[in-house]
Amino acid sequence: MQLPKRRFAVWFFTAISTLMGLAPHPAFAQAPRPWEMGMQPAFSPMKQGIIDLHNLVLVLITIITLFVGALLVWVCIRYNEKRNPVPSQTSHHTGLEIAWTVIPVLILVIIAIPSFRLIYYLDRTPNPDMTIKVTGHQWYWEYTYPDNGNVDVESRYIHDEDLKPGQLRLLDVDNQLVIPAGKKIRVLTSSADVIHSFFIPSLGAQRYAIPGRTIELWLEADKPGVYYGECNQICGQDHSKMPISVHAVTEAEFKTWVEQAKKAASASPEHPPGQPNLLAAAELTGSKDIQR
Amino acid sequence: MAEATHGDDHGHARSGHDAHGGYGHDAHAHDHKPAFVQRWLFSTNHKDIGTLYLIMAVIGGVVGGALSEIMRAQLQFPNNHVVTSGQEWNTIITSHGLLMIFFSVMPALIGGFGNWFIPLMIGAPDMAFPRLNNISFWLLPPAFILICIGLLMGESGSGWTLYPPLSNATFEPGMGMDCTLFALHLAGASSLLGAMNFITTIFNMRAPGMTMHKMPLFVWSELVTAFLLVLSIPVLAGAITMLICDRNFGTAFFDPAGGGDPVLFQHLFWFFGHPEVYIMILPGFGIISHVISTFSKKPIFGYLGMVYAMVAIGVVGFVVWAHHMYMSGIDVDTRAYFMGATLVIAVPTGVKIFSWIATMWGGSIRFDTPMLWAIGFLFVFTIGGVTGVVCANAGIDEIIHNTYYVVAHFHYVLSVSAVFSIFCGFYYWIGKMSGRQYPEFWGRVHFWMTFVGVNLTFFPQHFLGLAGMPRRYPDYPDAFAGWNYVSSVGAYLSGAAFLVFLYVCFKTFTSKEHVADNYWGEGATTLEWTQTSPPAFHSWLELPRIK
Repeated sequence: MQLPKRRFAVWFFTAISTLMGLAPHPAFAQAPRPWEMGMQPAFSPMKQGIIDLHNLVLVLITIITLFVGALLVWVCIRYNEKRNPVPSQTSHHTGLEIAWTVIPVLILVIIAIPSFRLIYYLDRTPNPDMTIKVTGHQWYWEYTYPDNGNVDVESRYIHDEDLKPGQLRLLDVDNQLVIPAGKKIRVLTSSADVIHSFFIPSLGAQRYAIPGRTIELWLEADKPGVYYGECNQICGQDHSKMPISVHAVTEAEFKTWVEQAKKAASASPEHPPGQPNLLAAAELTGSKDIQR
Repeated sequence: MAEATHGDDHGHARSGHDAHGGYGHDAHAHDHKPAFVQRWLFSTNHKDIGTLYLIMAVIGGVVGGALSEIMRAQLQFPNNHVVTSGQEWNTIITSHGLLMIFFSVMPALIGGFGNWFIPLMIGAPDMAFPRLNNISFWLLPPAFILICIGLLMGESGSGWTLYPPLSNATFEPGMGMDCTLFALHLAGASSLLGAMNFITTIFNMRAPGMTMHKMPLFVWSELVTAFLLVLSIPVLAGAITMLICDRNFGTAFFDPAGGGDPVLFQHLFWFFGHPEVYIMILPGFGIISHVISTFSKKPIFGYLGMVYAMVAIGVVGFVVWAHHMYMSGIDVDTRAYFMGATLVIAVPTGVKIFSWIATMWGGSIRFDTPMLWAIGFLFVFTIGGVTGVVCANAGIDEIIHNTYYVVAHFHYVLSVSAVFSIFCGFYYWIGKMSGRQYPEFWGRVHFWMTFVGVNLTFFPQHFLGLAGMPRRYPDYPDAFAGWNYVSSVGAYLSGAAFLVFLYVCFKTFTSKEHVADNYWGEGATTLEWTQTSPPAFHSWLELPRIK
């Protein structure tokens, strides 16, 4: 257990280095930033759609909140006991009551139209380029590539003592989910034990992984890079220790990776189920452009 | 009814009844009360039971609040070890949620203020079923003890939503989980019996001339709440019974291996769970209406609109439950429906906010402590309401589902708004309930500390959620450290404010000053202000007539 002083120091220097623009962010990796106040930037068309809609809604709700706040301040100043000793007894105004019913309805219609369009767009992709099966376990993720020789990857978080410089605590994993960038990928989630949630903020994707069910969603990363996510449904004691790291690579790199993974699998064909998987340790030899 | 059960003070009460209609000083002077055990353990008096509920709410709030301080201490820094294991953490979050809902907010708003003021406001001598009222309360302490057993055994780590398979015998095998589930059964039965009592009382025991459309808004709010309870609690009870059977008797309602379905539990749970959030806030709406009207010295603006807005919120609240389940793989058309239905709730809620402001408009406003809480309520409820529009949106929910954005949203409407309405009711009525007035200065200190504290706690959580920090995490990636630190500081300030509240209670109950019948003056027009402060043990022995 660290001393509180030490923890405060870590926190303090993170804050300072961020303010000075010195935060150690690996290039091409999208992780949450210190003191971030909005959504993580978009690296997929889905996330772009979500951010656009959220920007619209955020403007509307900010205006509404400021409007209500201004009305409150105004009535408190104008109608306090000193300035207005004799209260009016007005308790009805049909026009006003109709107005504050109809105008919110119109605002909701403005919000609802793009919202409906967005959820139908996000729902599924009609012509996926490939399929990946994601299985939640207590407490790691398993990624299977049925279109690529059933390559099977198990992905676990990196313990604090094994973290290499530049690796992010509770975000980096031993074996990443490798996908080709720019391709539409159908993801099928399921679970081997309890409910988990497969959640990647910067790609605008999330679905539960529920035992006995298969749920479809889709992923598309705009460009090569690393995109972090986390398990987002309480799943037991290590709920916070099963992050998701998506490594989007070019198509050629992806093919190389699949071949290496297959080779590694045939080298150890009968690895016991549930054990850490050797085959995914295949290095991404072709991905020199991704500095992490 | 009530007076018949207390034979020895019957004669005295009768004499007061004859001379002064049951609320004169004569009745007060001869107001003999039963001995301690008779009075508090076997109580059938709505005021005493209301007091017991309020005490329960304070105890539940202290324990639940202590848990939240532990959680914020753990989350103050990344890689912190205040809480030593994930299981311990999960148990704490489960207990925090259940304690705050079932043992703090509901006992205060429904059992406490509801029992105290529904009979007084409708001119009824007591609740319709006084003995049922007693059992409604006395089911709560055993439930509370069971929850605490689950907490202390560290075996209820499912989150308050209790989703199987995490809550089934395979993944949470301990008896602590069964204790927690059984506690919900007891608390549910308590609420259910209380709600039946409320409905019967309000429908049958209104004073002559008090039509439904002349009923005070607080009574309306409790009536709608009681209907929500009667319709939703049995569904929870069913779901929990199935879960207990899955855990102990080999059934497979929610186990896919036996042909069951985990998502079925989510549907049943949220069919209860969503009305439950309105159960927690609707009585608050009633209190806020009375306070704003009193301190603006104006009748409430748009009374009928206010009534039917609450009814509409109650009705629509039953058809929006799956907006908690957008990520559970429900069909896109289903999501579209639940999104549309949920957005609709913003309309009656907006009607209420604007009607409250219109009530203040043109008034002659006094800023006593209850009014500060009411104005604070309007502000924080607006923030919590508008973020509800964001959360309702199934598309945006892909990013904010289960994140701290949701935590911020529901704490703004429940932890902040509902609790503001509880404190608002406390400061408004404590003189009426105890006969002694709170210290105005410390009431204001309590308000401002709480107002700053809760906003500091929960507003930064919106940022954490948007950036993607999941809820129910005992530890988080280092990037989230900054706003978590701010949030923890806010939580400590709110905790300190609660100590001020305890000091306010101490000052109030040791005060020598006695207050008049209607100490708020011309603005307070409902029937409870025609009674003495505190009211006689038996009030309304002669029914008032409403013109």
